[in-house]
Order: sequence, then C-alpha cells, then structure tokens
Amino acid sequence: MSKSTIRKKVKSAMKKKAKSAIKNKGKSAAKSSVKSAARSRVKSSAAGRAGSAAKKKPRSAVKRKAAAPVKTKSALRFEIDGKACKARAGQTILDAARDNGIYIPVLCFYKGMKPAGICRMCTVKVGGRNMAACTTPVAEGMIIENAIPELEDMRKAMVEMLFVEGNHMCPTCEKSGNCDLQALGYRYQLLAPRFPYMFPQRNIDATYSKIMIDNNRCVQCRRCVRGITTKDGRNIFAMTKRSGKSTIVADRELEAKMPDDLARKAMDQCPVGAILKKEVGFAVPIGKRKYDAKPIGSEIHN
Amino acid sequence: MSKPVVATASLAGCFGCHMSLLDIDDRILQLIDLVEFNKSPIDDIKTFTKECDIGFIEGGCCNSENVENLINFRKNCKVLISVGECAIMGGLPAMRNGIPIRECLEEAYLNCVTVDDKIIPNDEEIPMILDRVYPCHEIVKIDYFLPGCPPRADLIWEALTALLSGKPINLPYEALKYD
Ligand code: SF4
Ligand code: SF4
Ligand code: FES
Repeated sequence: MSKSTIRKKVKSAMKKKAKSAIKNKGKSAAKSSVKSAARSRVKSSAAGRAGSAAKKKPRSAVKRKAAAPVKTKSALRFEIDGKACKARAGQTILDAARDNGIYIPVLCFYKGMKPAGICRMCTVKVGGRNMAACTTPVAEGMIIENAIPELEDMRKAMVEMLFVEGNHMCPTCEKSGNCDLQALGYRYQLLAPRFPYMFPQRNIDATYSKIMIDNNRCVQCRRCVRGITTKDGRNIFAMTKRSGKSTIVADRELEAKMPDDLARKAMDQCPVGAILKKEVGFAVPIGKRKYDAKPIGSEIHN
Repeated sequence: MSKPVVATASLAGCFGCHMSLLDIDDRILQLIDLVEFNKSPIDDIKTFTKECDIGFIEGGCCNSENVENLINFRKNCKVLISVGECAIMGGLPAMRNGIPIRECLEEAYLNCVTVDDKIIPNDEEIPMILDRVYPCHEIVKIDYFLPGCPPRADLIWEALTALLSGKPINLPYEALKYD
C-alpha cells in the first residue's frame, strides 16, 4: 500500500468514527472517538506523515490571518477553550490555532521549520491529556484546552526553569528586548522564578569567525541545528554531549564560509542570545526592540 | 496617624535602583507626603531608629557585610522587597559565580595589567568575600520582587502605592522589564 492510500484510509476511518460517535453519543463520545482515532493513526504509523503531508501543500495559498478562509470540503471542526474553530486536514493544532486567531506559546517551533516538539511550551490539553500543539495534527471534533490556569502556570514554570538552569543576565545580553524567552517571562508577568538558581558552568566560544556561541543562554531548542544549513544542505550547527552537558557547536570550516545573511539568520532564528553575529550589536535602541511595547503573541491574538 | 516607614539599602549593587526610585519625577513630592524614610542612603540615616514597614533591597550578597546588613533589614522591616536584577539573581556581580574565588582574586589583584602592588587584600576591616554572589532570597525571606536593571520608576511607584493602599498591583507591560 502506498503512503497516500494509507493516509486516505486512516482519514476516512477517522471521519466515519467521529461522525457516528457524535450522532450516537453526543459530546463526550466525540472525545473518546478522537482518542481512538488518534490510536488508529499511531497503529498505522501515519501520524508523522500527516504532518509532512500538510507541509507539502503550498502554504502561501493560505493567508495567515485570523479566521482565514478554509476549504470547506476538507475542513475539520474542533474547539479551543470553547471557541469553534476550523482546520485543514493535516494541520497541526498550533498552525490551526494561529489561523483561528488563537495564540499558543512556543519556543522551539519556528515558522517554516519542521516542528520537533522539543520544548513543550506549546502544551495543550486534548481530551484531558497533555499534547504538544506544534506536532499534534487536528482531528475532527477535538476539544482542546489552551489558556486555562493550569496550563498557563505550567508554561510559566517552564520559563522559570529555563531561567534558573542557565545563566541569564538580561542586562548584559545583546538579545535583550528581542528574546523569546524573556518575552515569555514578560507575558507571564514573571517577577522571580520559584526555583533556585543553578548557576551552571557553561562555556562561551568566541573563536568562530562570523558568530559567537554563548551556551549560558542556550535553551537547547535546536532551531539552529534544524534550520541553518549550507546551500547544499549541510548542517552548520550540532549538539554535542548529553543531558545537562549538551552544548551547541558549529562546524568551523562551514561557519567561516557562512555568508553574512546566513549568520544573521542564525542569530535571528535562535530564540535567545546564544548565537550572536560578530561585529554588530545593540543596533536597535531600547524602546524600539521587538518586545519593548507589545507582548509576544500579540500579532496572533486579537 | 504616623506615616509608614521605609528603609532602603544597596548591597552588591550599583545604586542604579536607588536612582530609579528618585526617577519618579514630581511624584517624589507625593512620596515624602506618603512615607517617612528611616535607614537609607537617601537621608543618610545609618542605623535603624525604629521598626520599619517596608524595606527596599538593592543588590545581592557578595560579602559578609552584605549578609549582615540583609539580616538586619529582615529583622527591622515588616515587608522586604528585592529591587532589581542583582537583588533577585545576583545580577552582573554574579557573572563571577562560575569562576573559582581564588582565580577572581588573583586576576583582580595579581595578574591584572594595571596592578601595581601585587597583594591580595586581607584585613579584618575588610568584609570577607563570599564563594559566590547570592540572591537575597537565598539568605532571608523576601516578600516581593521587582525586576529590572534598574526596575522602571513606574514599577517601583506602582508597587509602593499598591502596598500602601492594600490594592493589587497594576503591572503595565512597559513597566515590567528585565533590562
Ligand atoms: S537570552 Fe534572553 S533571557 Fe537570556 S539573558 Fe539574553 S535576553 Fe535575557
Ligand atoms: S543555540 Fe539558540 S537556536 Fe541553537 S539550540 Fe541553543 S537556543 Fe536553540
Ligand atoms: S513549540 Fe511545541 S514543543 Fe516546542
């Protein structure tokens, strides 16, 4: 059986299940049908492919505005915090939420990059279970909880953990004002972390030619590893060592050959100040930086 | 009724937070109507002369004197507030936390290019330097935290007036910043 036939079969099976469940047992049954639909997807191991199927579709065709027109034919209906939403088949919860004008916080997700589900900042509840919104595809009838106190506090706690497990001296940081981690702190009105500071020993490597890497600030989202490659597709960044010792390094040869715009891209795609382009800094004055006036996510939430 | 009493201190800080407190512009006139200052560099009162209601702490603890001072504040203030990044997490001085203390002292007093008399100061009069810089809440209980480097004058003002009036604090987005 080819990949696409598996997909079609799974999809139609899911639809049938969801429909009959809604007809027969009402809302609560719809929830369990989502679960079983999800299970059947896992069985046929098509879950990952559903995501990549969405990727292959020309994205430019869909305008990323609140309540963007969705193709009625394949539109899935689902709910976030009681709001009725629509999604295209194969769309992730995060993607669909954005199209419906709903903000779900992210850290490792970057638009245009294949989602990796690393940071769990985007955790939502689907049928009472915690799921990463950036990697979970929407299914018909899904009931999703997002901006509920339990999840918001958990996300805030995750931001706090990232602050204490690294060395974040924002006043000295070039990324300050443009930093996603800091902006999440602002959004959640984080005054001081509830966890003790760890002051780990991490290294700064300024011996590269175009960039410097400050592992004190790295949140290990691997956006640099996943998203920054040479023209012929070779990775420039990599992660070495394991667990608490994991460190981001760059291939010296490839790094030295990086054109300026790629070095800039590496700095911009890093959510924090762990990758900095050399010889420029503090270019934007305080007050004009990305998150000085508006909270992160305000471009989505309206 | 007597006015609420405020005390302030700068531990391992740069006095920036105190400057920010003075940066409330003409509200400073309201401030002196609202509160009375006790031990503080602002009025230069060096020792507590009465029990205080609110204590503002700037800076973390990098030496034994900071610790004694902080404990003294905790004893004499009903409410203690960590003001600024240094009080909250050690701030810039805490950048030495990953470096062994011997290396720090050797760099500063022996190896640094501008050093003349190569000697590591060691005298009873000089407070003992700690192994690392400690956030204030790791030494005593801290009731509230006002981040920023320095905290915006508006944030300090909002916090103070909220405390005095017993109302919940209003946190405008622009007022809460870490830099
Ligand atoms: S990376 Fe972000 S959170 Fe960390 S020090 Fe820099 S601005 Fe602050
Ligand atoms: S260097 Fe930046 S982009 Fe790379 S893993 Fe660390 S935080 Fe993420
Ligand atoms: S944004 Fe979804 S796991 Fe990181």
